[in-house]
Amino acid sequence: MSHAPDSYYVPHGSHWPIVGSIGLLFLMLGVSTWLNGADAGFWVMMAGVGIMVIMLAGWFGTVINESVHGLYNAQVDKSFRMGMFWFIFSEVMFFAAFFGALFYARNMSVPWLGGDSNNFFTNLLLWEGYESTWPTNGPGEVGGDYEVMGPFGLPLINTAILLTSSVTVTIAHHALISGKRAILGTFLALTAILGFIFVYMQAVEYIEAYEHMNLKLTSGIYGSTFFMLTGFHGMHVTIGAIMLTIIWLRVVKGHFTPDKHFAFEAVAWYWHFVDVVWVGLYVFVYWM
Amino acid sequence: MTTAVADAHEHHGPEKGIKRWLFTTNHKDIGTMYLIFSLIMFFAGGAMALVIRSELMTPGLQFVHPEFFNQMTTMHALIMVFGAVMPAFVGLANWMIPMMIGAPDMALPRMNNWSFWILPVAFGILLSTLLMPGGAPASGWTMYPPIVLQTGVAFPFLIFSILLMGLSSIMGAINIIVTILNMRAPDMWLLKMPMFVWTWLITAYLLIAVMPVFAGAVTMLLTDQFFGTSFFLAAGGGDPVMFQHIFWFFGHPEVYIMILPAFGVVSEIIPTFSRKPLFGHDSMVYAASSIAFLSFIVWAHHMFTVGMPLSGQMFFMFATMLIAVPTGVKVFNWIATMWRGAMTFETPMLFSLGFVFLFTIGGFSGVMLAIAPADIQYHDSYFVVAHFHYVLVPGSIFALMAGAYYWLPKWTGHMYNETAGKLHFWMSTIFVNLTFFPMHFLGLAGMPRRIPDYSTQFADFNWMASVGAIGFGLSQLIFVYVLLTSKKGEKATDRVWEAPRGLEWTVPSPAPYHTFDTPPVKRVSEEAFE
Ligand code: HEM
Ligand SMILES: [Cu+2]
Repeated sequence: MSHAPDSYYVPHGSHWPIVGSIGLLFLMLGVSTWLNGADAGFWVMMAGVGIMVIMLAGWFGTVINESVHGLYNAQVDKSFRMGMFWFIFSEVMFFAAFFGALFYARNMSVPWLGGDSNNFFTNLLLWEGYESTWPTNGPGEVGGDYEVMGPFGLPLINTAILLTSSVTVTIAHHALISGKRAILGTFLALTAILGFIFVYMQAVEYIEAYEHMNLKLTSGIYGSTFFMLTGFHGMHVTIGAIMLTIIWLRVVKGHFTPDKHFAFEAVAWYWHFVDVVWVGLYVFVYWM
Repeated sequence: MTTAVADAHEHHGPEKGIKRWLFTTNHKDIGTMYLIFSLIMFFAGGAMALVIRSELMTPGLQFVHPEFFNQMTTMHALIMVFGAVMPAFVGLANWMIPMMIGAPDMALPRMNNWSFWILPVAFGILLSTLLMPGGAPASGWTMYPPIVLQTGVAFPFLIFSILLMGLSSIMGAINIIVTILNMRAPDMWLLKMPMFVWTWLITAYLLIAVMPVFAGAVTMLLTDQFFGTSFFLAAGGGDPVMFQHIFWFFGHPEVYIMILPAFGVVSEIIPTFSRKPLFGHDSMVYAASSIAFLSFIVWAHHMFTVGMPLSGQMFFMFATMLIAVPTGVKVFNWIATMWRGAMTFETPMLFSLGFVFLFTIGGFSGVMLAIAPADIQYHDSYFVVAHFHYVLVPGSIFALMAGAYYWLPKWTGHMYNETAGKLHFWMSTIFVNLTFFPMHFLGLAGMPRRIPDYSTQFADFNWMASVGAIGFGLSQLIFVYVLLTSKKGEKATDRVWEAPRGLEWTVPSPAPYHTFDTPPVKRVSEEAFE
């Protein structure tokens, strides 16, 4: 792999990072004071969100502009790719923490509360009569009676939607490589739409859980793991679908060539990652 | 956009005034900011350590309330770990890695700027908790529930400042990995890389693997506190011990994050002043990689007393002891490097030698702590405090000092004041031992850690430790003096030392604002790597 050695693009100064830091400052101060019960914190938080959105738009705008003007050689492209790979790896580890909590609760803490291993007296003296099962809201029945979210119905449909969207994004990628722009645009749009449908369906599922099943974030360890895992995943799907939309807009504007389309691939990788996490969720949260 | 194209090729120096520092994408500027920031944090954390040691100088409560004492231990640790040691190594990485591998800059220069500028925000928020009703967090840096959930107004600020530190570390680590993997001069294949670069590659991997897990852990604390989840609540089927598992899954690799780059620095310095190549370069690489791998499977040695199946205790005990093997490989390699070398003892070498001796003491007490039945006595005692300070202060901090003296002439273009440097080393070494060695005895005799008062039988050793701490603190002012006068010394040559190895010594001192716009040609680099 050869590259013109003198042309690794090093930008000279940028004000976006510091804008981002200011945004984060507002965001964190706002959300913290809000959680502490001060209503004004909410508006500080929203100001932070606003600054972050401006920052992201500006920063990515600059990068897209530089890319379109051919400032990035193959080596820069490779830096971006590697950066995206390691970013996704960090996301994998973030989800690993929550999956770890789920496995720990299911295989350790809940059985122990039921007297498993050498915890006979824990059960007898603290939680007499508690039998460990999964799902559970614990020996204290935190949050009261609830219904379990089964694997069929909405979650199964959502699985089908996400798996299909992984296929459509791959078709779009192949179309991009072989220069078939119409297919590219269609299937990319389709992918984004599937993503938004998924988010919508999940919202329906959450409303159902809260209003009819009394299944809430507060429903003991089952509710906690269920909503944290699916919630963070849903957040990632939302972000991914927004990114797909932006990429689609760029496709419409004529960006990307068969051999240079890092942004497209980055978002496609991200989308596959979100998809794989969902499969894990479906198996361990809904099904088993 | 033609201006941007021109920018990419045309040479110009730094911007003027504050804009240079706010907007910079230059790895040297950013490295400098990291180093200065961490020095400020080192003094802030040190001041808190002195509050603690003043209170403990004599038995009884004299200066501070117990609540405030606990805030001091917590803030001291958080600031030292995340504000002083980690950013200081990132600063060295920023300055040195591009120069060592022949790269024009870091791979992602704008993100580099952001990684740094998140830190002042994070620590501004963390420090501001000192002024809040209820004070700063007082749970200890380990933040175990349920006690951390009793933190007052400061609680969400604590969580979010930690999330910001994590964000900064992850972005910094991604940048370092990508720089090392993608920006090397064409003929610098992986096993030819200097040790400092190697250890940072492994460290960056550890950071990306565990900081997100830490973020997940504190996020669960936040939701338990504010949104009614039951992760760490037994009544709901969760378990406070689960937090400890997740925390230490991050926490143990974290200690290697603070020591692997230190290994790298020392591995650069000892060959220079022994005038011999590093003994067993490749075995050093394999040792560091093994340490990194093992660091993921030993976390529960911090939890021997918390309740764990016997098989778990055995596994974590033996896995921990296994780490002594690759660590031993490193120590013996350093000694073998010095063996029959033409050694001289300039300040960087003194700090490196101090590192090898004193870090090894910390390693030995670590092996003692790994013995599960024995740890049941040592746990949460001053023995633990002695252990981790031996690996952190004469370990990480000494390596940082060694690195700073070693590369200072390359940064400023002038030799530093050698007499002051040596004085700094000797004072630090004497006082660091006076501070932390007696703590071993205190711990073995039963004095618990994180306690503002103690039984009178512990008075003498505590008094010694406090005198040592004050002495150590004052000795660090010599370093500030060295820095302030660092441009007054004689002009440094390009090579600075008699026999240094590596590309950084092929560029002028001070290093120009932009180095290696074109990768160094084979001839130059071969000479430099030999
Ligand atoms: C420079 C001189 C230093 C002195 C005199 C000092 C002193 C102390 C003291 C007195 C404590 C409280 C022990 C207790 O009451 O339990 C403490 C705790 C601690 N220190 Fe240091 N320290 C120093 C440097 C460092 C550095 C450089 C680091 C880390 C990089 C560090 C990390 C910690 C940690 C992790 C704790 C435990 C806090 C806790 O219990 O949660 N210290 N230190
Ligand atoms: Cu450990």
